[in-house]
Amino acid sequence: MSRSRKLLIGTALAASLAAPALAERLGLGRPALPEEIAAWDVAVLPDGTGLPVGSGDVLTGEEVFLEVCATCHGEFAEGLDSWPVLAGGRGTLTDPRPVKTVGSYWPYLSTVFDYIHRSMPFGGAQTVSVDETYAITAFLLYSNGIVEDDFVLSNENFTEIVMPNVDGFYPDDRAETEHPLFSAAPCMENCRTAAPEITKRAVDLGVTPTDPDGRPAGTIPPL
Amino acid sequence: MTDEPIKGGRTGSTRRGFLRQTAAAGAGLVAGAAAARADGPDPLITEVQGWASSFGDPVDAAPYGLPIHFEDHVVRRNVEWLTESPVSSINFTPIHALEGTITPQGCAFERHHSGAIELSKSEYRLMINGLVETPLVFTYADLERFPRHVLTAFCECAANGGMEWGGAQLEGCQFTQGMIHNMEYTGVMLRDLLNEAGIKPEGKWVYAEGADASSNGRSMPLEKALDDVMVAFYANGEALRKEHGYPVRLVVPGFEGNMWVKWLRRIAVYDQAVESREETSKYTDLMPDGRARKWTWVMDAKSVITAPSPQAPIRHGAGPLVITGLAWSGLGKVVRVDVSTDGGNTWHEARLSGDVKPKALTRFHYDMTWDGQEMFIMSRCIDETGYVQPTKQALRDIRGLNNVYHNNGIQVWWVRADGEVENVEIA
Repeated sequence: MSRSRKLLIGTALAASLAAPALAERLGLGRPALPEEIAAWDVAVLPDGTGLPVGSGDVLTGEEVFLEVCATCHGEFAEGLDSWPVLAGGRGTLTDPRPVKTVGSYWPYLSTVFDYIHRSMPFGGAQTVSVDETYAITAFLLYSNGIVEDDFVLSNENFTEIVMPNVDGFYPDDRAETEHPLFSAAPCMENCRTAAPEITKRAVDLGVTPTDPDGRPAGTIPPL
Repeated sequence: MTDEPIKGGRTGSTRRGFLRQTAAAGAGLVAGAAAARADGPDPLITEVQGWASSFGDPVDAAPYGLPIHFEDHVVRRNVEWLTESPVSSINFTPIHALEGTITPQGCAFERHHSGAIELSKSEYRLMINGLVETPLVFTYADLERFPRHVLTAFCECAANGGMEWGGAQLEGCQFTQGMIHNMEYTGVMLRDLLNEAGIKPEGKWVYAEGADASSNGRSMPLEKALDDVMVAFYANGEALRKEHGYPVRLVVPGFEGNMWVKWLRRIAVYDQAVESREETSKYTDLMPDGRARKWTWVMDAKSVITAPSPQAPIRHGAGPLVITGLAWSGLGKVVRVDVSTDGGNTWHEARLSGDVKPKALTRFHYDMTWDGQEMFIMSRCIDETGYVQPTKQALRDIRGLNNVYHNNGIQVWWVRADGEVENVEIA
C-alpha cells in the first residue's frame, strides 16, 4: 500500500477514535424518497450497477447521433474542429501526440452510458432518453470498430462488452516510483557541472495573451 | 505611473515630469545613499495635494467595494486557445501580483465543465444515498445546523502547469502556475453528514456530484471522506462565490482540484469506484508505456517564485531585491523552501513567512542584493514527508511528456540584465 494511502487511513482512524460525536445523530434531514433517488442517482458503475432497463441498436444510435451530437462530434464521431474526438486513435497511446478516444483510451462502457445520459449533449444535458442513450452508446461502439452494424445494446448484454483499453490503467504508484527518489537530501552547493544553458524560451512561441504594449497580459504597471 | 488627474489638485502638471526624471536617474545605479538622495524638493511633499485638502469618497459610495482602479491588472485571465469552449474551460489567478497566502475570491481562478450555474440557498438540496442505513435529503437550512469547522486549504487544478510539460510555453506565473487558490473555509465535515445517514459495512467509496449539467462526479476512498473532507459554505469569511460553487462545495484538502465538487448535490456510498468520465477519460495520467495512472489524487510538493517573474519584471535597478513566492504540498506542511539564483548550482534556504498550515499555500521570501547581472532563479519546496520538489526533467524521465496533469516541476525564470524576466527551461 502506498505511503499516502497509509497516511490517509492512519489519520482517518485517529479522527474516528478521537471523535465520539460520530456515534451521535442530530436528527437533521429527512429520508430520501425512491422517486428522488431515482431522479438524481443515475450513475452507472463498471459492473453495471445502476443500469436502467432499456435497449438501443446501432442504426437508431446513428440517427440520434446525427440529430443531436454530430454538429460537434462529426457524423462518424471523428470530431469537428477542436471538439472532442470520440472514435479512432487505436494504438496511438505511445505516439508523440496520442489520440485518446472512447475506443482507444476509455476503460469502461459504463462511463460512456453514464456520461452521455447525464451530461450530453453539451448545453442540452439530460434530454436523451434511456433507450436513446443505449442506442448512441451502441453507435459509438460501432464507430470504434468494436461491434457490427446490427448490434443491439441493452441492460442485459451491457457488461459483456469489454473495452479495448480496459487494462490500460493502474492506481497511483507515485509513493513507490517517485517519492523515494525525490526524498533524498537535496544538493545545496556545487550542484551543477556546467553553466546553465537555455533550451526553451516561452517568448519563442508567442502564444500568451498580451497587454497593448506587447507585454504578457497583467504585467504589473511601472510606478 | 498614473494618468489620472489629481482629484481637486492644483499641481498635476509638474509631478509627472519630476517622477520621470528621478526614475531615469535611479535606473541602473546600485542603490545606496547616493541613489536615494533627492535632486530637489519633491513637489508631492512640498505642494499640498488634492487628497490632503478636499474630500475623498463618502462611506455610502461602495456598499461592497472593488479594488482601486490602479490595481486593474490584478484580475483573472483566460487563454482562449487552451479549450474549445469558454464554459468548459479555465482561467488563471493573478498570483504574480498577490502576497501572503489568502487568495481574494474575486480573482481566484475558475474551472467549469458546463459553466458557473446560479443555485439559490432555497432551491438547494443535498442527497446522501447508496450503501447507507437511511438515504437522506438535506436543505441548506439543515446543513447550517451541523457543527462547523474551519480550515485553510489550496485548491490546485490537476492541470496546473500542464501546458508546460513539453517545454516553456506561456509567459507568466499567472498562466503557468495560476490554476490555484487558497481560502479559509467554514463548513461541516463530510463525516458528520455521512454519520447522519449511517454507512453500511460494505460501503468503501464515496461518490460526489454537482448540480450542474456536467455533474463532475468523482469517487474517493471512504478513508479520505471520513478524514478531512469538508462540505463548505463560506470562503474567506463570506458565502462562496457563484463561480466557486455557491452555496455548497466540497473541500478536499491536498487532493486535485477536480475533486472539489461545486454546487454539491449528491453524496453516494458505493462498494466500488464509479470510474466516472472525470476519473477515466480525464484526470488519468498517460505514461511512456501507453498505460495510464488513475486515482492520482494528491498534489505533490510544489513552489514558484511569483516575483520577479515575467509579469513582474525588476524595474528598480540593482541593489536590494525581494524574491517572493508560494510553496505548497498535498501531503502536509511545507517545511523548507530553497532558492537558487544561479540555475540550481547553489541553493539558499528562504524564510517561510507567516503561519505554515498543512495542505495550504505557504509564503516564502528570500532577500538578496542583486548585482544587476542575469540570473536563473528557481525555488524548491520540501514538505514534512521529506519529499523534495523535482525538476521537470526528473519528472519526464519517469513519466514522459504526455502526463497532462500533475506537473510540479521546478520553474526557472531567466532574469535578464535589463530586469525583464522570461519563462525558460535550462540544461
